[in-house]
Amino acid sequence: MISRLIAIVLATIMGSSVQAQQNDTPLPITEIFPGVFLHAGATETMNRDNEGGIANLGFVVGSDAVAVIDSGGSVREGRRLLAAIRSRTDRPVRYVINTHGHPDHVFGNAAFDGGGTIFVGHKNLPQAVATRGPYYLDSFRPLMGDALMADVRIVPPTLLVDDETTLDLGRRTLLLKVWPTAHSDSDLTVLDSASGTLFAGDLVFIGHVPIVDGSLRGWLGVLDRLAALPARQVVPGHGPVTPWPSALANQRRYLQRLDADVRGLIARGVPLKAAAETAAAAERPRWQLFDDYNARNATAAYSEIEWE
Amino acid sequence: MLSVRLHCLAAAIALGLGAPVSAAAPEPYDPWPGLVQDIFDSRAMLDGAGIVSIDMPGRADDAAIVPVTLRAALPPGDSRRVRAITLVIDQNPAPMAGRFEIGPDSTVSEISTRVRVNSYSDVHAVAELSDGQLYMSKIFVKASGGCSAPAAKNAEEARGKLGQIRFRQFAKAGDNPSSGAREAQVMIGHPNNSGLQMDQVTRLYVPAFFVNEIRVWQDDRLLLAMEGGISISEDPNIRFTYVPQGAKRFRVEAKDTEGHVFQGEWKAEVSGM
Repeated sequence: MISRLIAIVLATIMGSSVQAQQNDTPLPITEIFPGVFLHAGATETMNRDNEGGIANLGFVVGSDAVAVIDSGGSVREGRRLLAAIRSRTDRPVRYVINTHGHPDHVFGNAAFDGGGTIFVGHKNLPQAVATRGPYYLDSFRPLMGDALMADVRIVPPTLLVDDETTLDLGRRTLLLKVWPTAHSDSDLTVLDSASGTLFAGDLVFIGHVPIVDGSLRGWLGVLDRLAALPARQVVPGHGPVTPWPSALANQRRYLQRLDADVRGLIARGVPLKAAAETAAAAERPRWQLFDDYNARNATAAYSEIEWE
Repeated sequence: MLSVRLHCLAAAIALGLGAPVSAAAPEPYDPWPGLVQDIFDSRAMLDGAGIVSIDMPGRADDAAIVPVTLRAALPPGDSRRVRAITLVIDQNPAPMAGRFEIGPDSTVSEISTRVRVNSYSDVHAVAELSDGQLYMSKIFVKASGGCSAPAAKNAEEARGKLGQIRFRQFAKAGDNPSSGAREAQVMIGHPNNSGLQMDQVTRLYVPAFFVNEIRVWQDDRLLLAMEGGISISEDPNIRFTYVPQGAKRFRVEAKDTEGHVFQGEWKAEVSGM
């Protein structure tokens, strides 16, 4: 009985906090092209101070509706994104598109839940967030703190893309395309044809060392098709807006170096732990957060390549 | 024996349902005494220094694939032998990661595998000697940060590899060649599914599906047997050091929880790598 009362009280408090959008400080945004807005994420790992705000978030405004591309690393960041949208347009947020299932891109979904917003993602995304979601909710609590994590829920997509689809925002269409396992197993890109802007999600990293959480071979395998997309500039998942497709060059070099090094280490019989400590070391000076992710990339690459 | 800690499972269920109630951070509590009771029948644990050791990265770079090496050796003059080494990851949903039995005439002295590490955790290695005594060593491993998760990276490919077995043989890297020690590696293609994941459509937990036994023979002598659980990474992988002693063949047999049997046989390489 008491626990039920507590639940009701908490639900009431949380309900009111979700509705208190007017009080959320809008995220800083830039209109990079007419109707195309970007919030640039910090090149950091998710924590309490940055409110999980490490990924680039975007929104595109049509004459009828708004589409959000990635919702942020916390519900607080998602609400602040919504406040930024409201500072620019009164059009409804019809779509929240998740470029994949990592926490920095989906933890803000709950800020947009309700009011008819449709969540959109790769056909594999529901499975990806179902499998990893409970673990993410658990493992980010110590890093982000209870206050930031309290509202975070896994909100899976209901509009699933299994090849390509277009979303009509009113005199503006977005082309959504899904990719085979590369950065992750649920990667999706969004192309705004009017401005030639490609929202690449984490299929493209610039400055921030790439993270392999899908398949290194798969990622190398999609680079040429990615490069062929008719875009003029890319909003990467992490890093600055950059001309396309030259934006891919550094990432391609890193992934190829990782592949070649891991291949050589496996051929020489070097065990996993030692290999993870040395692979792609030549790339260290060229990337931010290298020491946070490179050993992990090498571990993933090793366990993939040793099966060839 | 697979000791699934129900409190962790309950927490996972609550989180999976998106329970909005944020309890205070759980008090760090030490599951080890309970694990000694469950896994080792409350037998006495002696200090394993100089007898059994664990090598793991201080931080789990990839929560799904954390390399771990177990070494056991007795001091000169000790006539006992190491019968088994048990690996326990205290904070995992199934802490008993694996029990490695070392065959009666086996020369295996070092065993490496890969495990899932769900959160900051003590990791224990317990060596059981031929006189029944247990010796324990432990280290502490920090969980990975970021979007790493103890789950399949490529669910479709994982299904396609089911049942493949690879066997590789190596000269022992960095070792004195005169010792004659070599290394071999067994790889079993298997999702080793933990069963703690909810199907988003049915809201049911997918059943656990994992390799629970791997046995490796050198000619007709059992070198090594592993009894494993869901803390062993996808595509179970064991690398071990042994002395060839003129053996001609290796044979591997693995079984999973659905009764599949995977087998292979390989000629012993005299040199190479």
